[in-house]
Amino acid sequence: MVEETPWQQALRYANRANPYPFYEELRKTPVARQPDGTYVVSTYREIVTLLHDPRVSSDPRKCPVLGTARTEGSVQPAAEPIREALTEPNIITCDPPEHDRDRRTMMPHFVGPPHAPHLISDLEPEIRRLVDGLLDGMRGKNRIDAVDDFAYPLPVTVICKVLGVPLEDEPRFHHWIETALDALDFGPEAASEEIRSRLAGGRQAVQDFGQFAAELLDRYADQPGPGMLSALVNEDGPEGRMSKGVLASNALLLIFAGHETTVNLIAHSVLTLLRHPDALEKLRRRPELIVPGVEELLRFESSVQFWHTRSALEDIDIAGTMIPKGAPIFLAYGSANRDPERFTDPDALDLERRDNQHLGFSQGIHFCFGAPLARLEVQVAVGEFVRRVENPRLVEDPPPYRHNQIFRGPRHVLVDIDGIRD
Amino acid sequence: MTLRATVAELVREFRASGRIVIVGASLAGLRAAETLREEGFTGSLTIIGDEPYEPYDRPPLSKQVLKGWVPADHTKLPRMREVDADWRLGVAATGLDRATKQVRLANGELVPYDRLLIATGTRARQWPNPAEAALHGVHTIRSRDDAAQLQKELAEPPSRVLVIGAGFIGSEVASVCRELDIPVTVVERGAAPLVGALGGVIGEIAAQLQCDHGVDLRCGLGVSSLEGDPGGHVRRAHLSDGSTVDADVVVASLGSIRNVEWLEGSGLAAGFWGVGCDAGGRAFDINGVVTDSIYVAGDVARAPHVLYEYQFLAMEHWDNAVLGAEAAAHNMVNLEPHYRPHLLLPGFWSGQFGVNIKSVGVPPFGDEIVFTQGSVAERRFAAAYGRRGRIVAAVTFDHGKWLEYYGKLIEQSGPFPPPPPGWDQPPDMKPMPAEFPDPRVPTAIPDVVLTGHAPSERTAEFRPRRH
Ligand SMILES: Cc1cc2nc3c(=O)[nH]c(=O)nc-3n(C[C@H](O)[C@H](O)[C@H](O)COP(=O)(O)OP(=O)(O)OC[C@H]3O[C@@H](n4cnc5c(N)ncnc54)[C@H](O)[C@@H]3O)c2cc1C
Repeated sequence: MVEETPWQQALRYANRANPYPFYEELRKTPVARQPDGTYVVSTYREIVTLLHDPRVSSDPRKCPVLGTARTEGSVQPAAEPIREALTEPNIITCDPPEHDRDRRTMMPHFVGPPHAPHLISDLEPEIRRLVDGLLDGMRGKNRIDAVDDFAYPLPVTVICKVLGVPLEDEPRFHHWIETALDALDFGPEAASEEIRSRLAGGRQAVQDFGQFAAELLDRYADQPGPGMLSALVNEDGPEGRMSKGVLASNALLLIFAGHETTVNLIAHSVLTLLRHPDALEKLRRRPELIVPGVEELLRFESSVQFWHTRSALEDIDIAGTMIPKGAPIFLAYGSANRDPERFTDPDALDLERRDNQHLGFSQGIHFCFGAPLARLEVQVAVGEFVRRVENPRLVEDPPPYRHNQIFRGPRHVLVDIDGIRD
Repeated sequence: MTLRATVAELVREFRASGRIVIVGASLAGLRAAETLREEGFTGSLTIIGDEPYEPYDRPPLSKQVLKGWVPADHTKLPRMREVDADWRLGVAATGLDRATKQVRLANGELVPYDRLLIATGTRARQWPNPAEAALHGVHTIRSRDDAAQLQKELAEPPSRVLVIGAGFIGSEVASVCRELDIPVTVVERGAAPLVGALGGVIGEIAAQLQCDHGVDLRCGLGVSSLEGDPGGHVRRAHLSDGSTVDADVVVASLGSIRNVEWLEGSGLAAGFWGVGCDAGGRAFDINGVVTDSIYVAGDVARAPHVLYEYQFLAMEHWDNAVLGAEAAAHNMVNLEPHYRPHLLLPGFWSGQFGVNIKSVGVPPFGDEIVFTQGSVAERRFAAAYGRRGRIVAAVTFDHGKWLEYYGKLIEQSGPFPPPPPGWDQPPDMKPMPAEFPDPRVPTAIPDVVLTGHAPSERTAEFRPRRH
């Protein structure tokens, strides 16, 4: 058998809990060509350079290998049911000028100062209420699951409210998202019988989800309601309205990204703090450290470990490697955030870290659309968890992980507690 | 004890108990003070500033403050750390005696130093006729008080504002006026707004932008005189083509003058373009010899730049003040080979008429320009400047996220025209002349200047030949 590359090893399910030793190996070749023709970029400097390089496309349709037009039997860097099932691009899978126009159209309905500078900050009381409710619900328990009981319910409720998606539908799209993510694999295991058998289900789930989004948008077209989706269906921006297909695709993206990433971040934050009792204690004593603290947690366990839709539109010479025109490029944020060339002592958790410009939300024109909301949610959730939960202890370390590599996160984080403070 | 140990001991001692004086209590001065403490300097630190205020930020003055969004006294610069300094505010430095290592203050005091940082920045060039400049309603903007007063008058509102000079600050003022729905006339001697900083091709776009927003823009003209009413309030301006403009507020944005007068007689290479220094911020004396104890940072500094043929660059940019101050401060408490160069790629931003304009590099160093991304018609684009086949600068209109890419190319002396992007290409990607005005023609002075040798400044002492 051929020896696996560090990247392939990092992607193996067995290494999900701790891919960092493989990243370290990977960074020795900042731009590493993989056997399937993908170029994996793992160092901070090179990733930032490519994020700002207009010869790098985010549109899979422009990549002969990634694009939907690919021929049977060609190299496949990964099984990707989500993109295959989506016919229309969303802001994360297209380039300027489409990207800029659609993002500009969506922005004012989300966080677009000067249009709506208070939209996100005004959500804080509600987020606090939700977090308080979740913590109150743990009273009388000795053991909780920081994922199911805490990390998951918050972002889902918030994103539904912001977008205007009925919360009753949550179980349905929760199932679709899980199914789609379970069928998504970028590692050597993608070829396994198990993943192959999940692919069809994954595609179906995305299609059902798309159908659901389209119907929701139709309903809002008939009868406007609260939230961003209704506003986008009914109000003309300075550059007109988005087509229904593009809007549905973006709605899907927002529901998806708006909760997967935040769930994992909250779960990882709890997990990380329980593994670092000194940091936990420090945060308890100095609650104002929650702001830099969350940035550090984002760096330490990036919610999005890498992104996979980019490709080279020209030959790009970088770090001694030539990425040929047409090649897919994976940017490994999770690795860049532990790059010792950029961060001193990167494997140490330092809630007061200065100069912490991590790539947890990426950079450049595709910088995370939801970052302001995610920051607020995680700050409130983690801050309150630390303040209110008495003597939390990790039951199982490492905890079981979910299958997906991009949205890497624990499936459960069992915590024994002594009680809940007021 | 070895020589090396002695030197190390000296550095330690200086850090522990040396005396550092900073003249200029603004952006560069404050950041330098913070860096000194950061670097472990625990000696005495004196900061001298002629303004009565603690260090505040200037960019908001011509933007948020004028709009009335932010009061002028709410622009205090955030403190990055405790500086524990002896602040001497409201008193100007009036002289420098390098022999006795003392700074003379306006109140007659003498402040001794072991190391000195000059961070006295620039001031606004006043309307040249003093009587006219003294009329009520005639303004320049450099300080908090300037902005507060102008903001008050804009809020009244005036029937028309006249802006003289369409550089960045003049254009920003015009933009604010239009946002406040105040009629505004802009008179610019050059062919277009921003022409000194960005050239005629971009200037033409900026002119369109102004006209689209209802600015009465008059280029290629000068204001010859200002006329007041009997109450001493400005009412009218006479232009060089014989026409007149009725206005009750006039903003002269005629560029800036370096605050170097207090250095007269000090023997430093200080003059019209600022104080000459090496890339590490160490001041030159009039003979071009580097000093050991005097450093310069911010708007008042001019240093050779490797990327621009080692020409001396003076940069009136926020980033330059911060990073130059950090480098100078570091060098003040370290010795060779631990000196750090301040080799910033110049960068500037401006907000006007709803457009975010950013530039990187030194546009006037280039002579050609090419649009590389976006759409000029939609006023969202990136353009690169070139000189002899190399990229030397770039400018973006609402496309700032790409600036880093061009910055990298400039740093590497990448080719011009630069490699085309894979998407979002403007229809016409042919390089064309960038149309910078002849530097000898008086016009709005760009805020990065190539301050090459001026023979009139030559005050070196030539060594007599010995036989
Ligand atoms: C209205 C305005 C808008 C601007 N907008 C932008 C922008 O959008 N982007 C950008 O990059 N830059 C902008 N700038 C430029 C930026 O503010 C300057 O580059 C920066 O302030 C330079 O800092 P400095 O400390 O070198 O000089 P200064 O800020 O000029 O400070 C020098 C200080 O020294 C004091 N001083 C002078 N002489 C003496 C003396 N003899 N004794 C004691 N004290 C003395 C002065 O009063 C002043 O307080 C703007 C400037 C202005 C005025």
